[in-house]
Amino acid sequence: MSPDDVFKYILGFISGIVVLTLFLMVLELFRYSLPVLSLKFIFGINWNPVVGSEEYGILPYILGTLVTSAIAIFVGVPISLGIAIYLSEMAPNFIRTILSFVIELLAAVPSVIYGLWGLFIFRFWVRDFIEVPLSKHLAFIPIFQGEPFGLDILTAGLILAIMIIPTVSSVSREVLMAVPDSQREAAYSLGATKWEVIRLGVLSYAKSGIVGAAILGLGRAIGETMAVTMVIGNAIGPAALPTSLFKAGQTMASLIANEFNEADPTSLHPNALIGVGLILFVLALTINLLAQLLIWRILKIKEGAVE
Amino acid sequence: MKKSVLVGIGATVIIVLGIVLAIPYLQPKTETITQTPTTTSKNIVLNGAGATFPYPLISTWTVQYNKIYPNIMVNYQSIGSGGGIRQHTNKTVDFAASDAPLNEDQRKAAPNTLHIPITIGCVVVAYNLPNVPKGLKLTGELVAEIFLGNIKKWNDPLIANLNPEIQLPDKEIIVVHRSDGSGTTFVFTSYLSIVSSEWNSKVGKGTAVQWPTGLGAAGNEGVAGVIRGTPYTIGYVELAYALQTKMSYAYLKNKDGNFVEPSLESTAAAVEALSPILPKGDESWEKVSLLNAPGKDSYPIASFSYILVYKELSVLPKMDKEKAIELVKFLYWAIHDGQNYAPNLQYVPLPKSVVNLNEETIKSITFNGEKVWDLA
Repeated sequence: MSPDDVFKYILGFISGIVVLTLFLMVLELFRYSLPVLSLKFIFGINWNPVVGSEEYGILPYILGTLVTSAIAIFVGVPISLGIAIYLSEMAPNFIRTILSFVIELLAAVPSVIYGLWGLFIFRFWVRDFIEVPLSKHLAFIPIFQGEPFGLDILTAGLILAIMIIPTVSSVSREVLMAVPDSQREAAYSLGATKWEVIRLGVLSYAKSGIVGAAILGLGRAIGETMAVTMVIGNAIGPAALPTSLFKAGQTMASLIANEFNEADPTSLHPNALIGVGLILFVLALTINLLAQLLIWRILKIKEGAVE
Repeated sequence: MKKSVLVGIGATVIIVLGIVLAIPYLQPKTETITQTPTTTSKNIVLNGAGATFPYPLISTWTVQYNKIYPNIMVNYQSIGSGGGIRQHTNKTVDFAASDAPLNEDQRKAAPNTLHIPITIGCVVVAYNLPNVPKGLKLTGELVAEIFLGNIKKWNDPLIANLNPEIQLPDKEIIVVHRSDGSGTTFVFTSYLSIVSSEWNSKVGKGTAVQWPTGLGAAGNEGVAGVIRGTPYTIGYVELAYALQTKMSYAYLKNKDGNFVEPSLESTAAAVEALSPILPKGDESWEKVSLLNAPGKDSYPIASFSYILVYKELSVLPKMDKEKAIELVKFLYWAIHDGQNYAPNLQYVPLPKSVVNLNEETIKSITFNGEKVWDLA
């Protein structure tokens, strides 16, 4: 066996560990959640761990996860894209260096810090400057109903939006910077304005990369636990259905974090919580696969366009 | 995929599985102990885990005990009562702490478990009403109605009738509960189940329940934080947290019809009223309850915190005779000298009758059939 072969096998071994870990993880999640898995588990809305009247349905938490992540994407991605465009297309060099550094620093802040800041400061801003005016003037729209108190689905979504901005904006910036200058020069030579250059020459070229960046953000938003747990209000059962933005809710990750420690090992409660983990895993996997498909489709269209 | 990668992955699977399967055989055989000195200068570590509620008290004990006996290290991880019971059942800790006694199923899973009450907790109904510092009067039924979402406004006639001297605001009541599973929740929901049949049938009792309304926050600190930061909230916290953070709390109507302020004294009164009818350490404690205790000064929401140990310590794989002796000595110290640290930390010290009961329990602990107390 040549040294090259040895090297090859070592690397193969290392990548094998990842595959094996993933496989064992799914196996264990599945094994422990088997006693509770059923359609009622996924579409039920009652969550009652009281021994004797146990019942587990996780629809409110699936919806809670999707709604908070959606808020994060709708608010976070446009802002991130704005930052990325400014940094790659407009900012003078020294601002670019400083700003990029600060944004990357933001990505290194542990999520519990965001949670604490959310709990002690940010939620009052959300309540006083966003929720109170909205509930005063737009209360006829169902999603703006209820007494605002700042610990709710909207606050959780906005905290998530802030948390995904560093990731999404720095990846998008890399993508935009990788767009060849010939694209921009071609647009300018046709007499395009700055906006048109960005829209036609740069953004359309970088589309797949930007979608990829947004998916990275979505991945973080779906799995985020600590910060969400601290601001989402942690309602349970039917009370956790996200019928209004100003209602306390619950995500799958926050439910696991909240209840796992004290779950009675002789009841089905731990199994149900592991089941939540399994569904969360499947959800994250599905979204990643869809994103992959989306990126392939975009790439394919572009190849066609080039021909 | 390249063949070499497949070979690599295959090799990984085989090697990792091989290691996993071989681990039980690779561990060195534990040496059998031939000598059993009664006092030891060897360093010994006792591991415990469980309830978060008694954590400040137990962690004070571990520090103080280590000062007296420098070679004994007591570790306590506050992972929650459920986690403590799980580790006790799996026999991975030397002792566990729980706010709830073991139920029948749990007793079957961990047979021969002793319950040793180590301190008493008291749950207060805390609220945030601007201009009402403390002393809002409530009954158990009213608290249940509020937490069920049936009473929605602070100026509801049912609340106003009890408190004619207080000007109550026309505001929605925001209910705050624990989001994490908790012994505090167990005590509080058990109380509501006793005083309200609607609560008992709709929600029930447990370390985590399906709250009909309101929002959840993690830990006593979390609930206290939300209540203090948000006007018109109501929730429940341990007495210690309410006193330390100077929260407003309600006076509750007890079984004898008096409105009682939660305090160390009124909690102790509840324990005194019940101590003659407590079971022995190796019997079932499932039915033991300090809730809604009789007596004119008894505060109605109180409960024991327990240390759980096996009566026959040799069932623990990592236990030996020396360790068993030190564990028993530590437990004995905890229910005697250890109680002196309770009042400063806002825990209620055990009354004499409970200490006597515990003494008997601790002296019944055995190792390989021998009474450990006699060896010490």
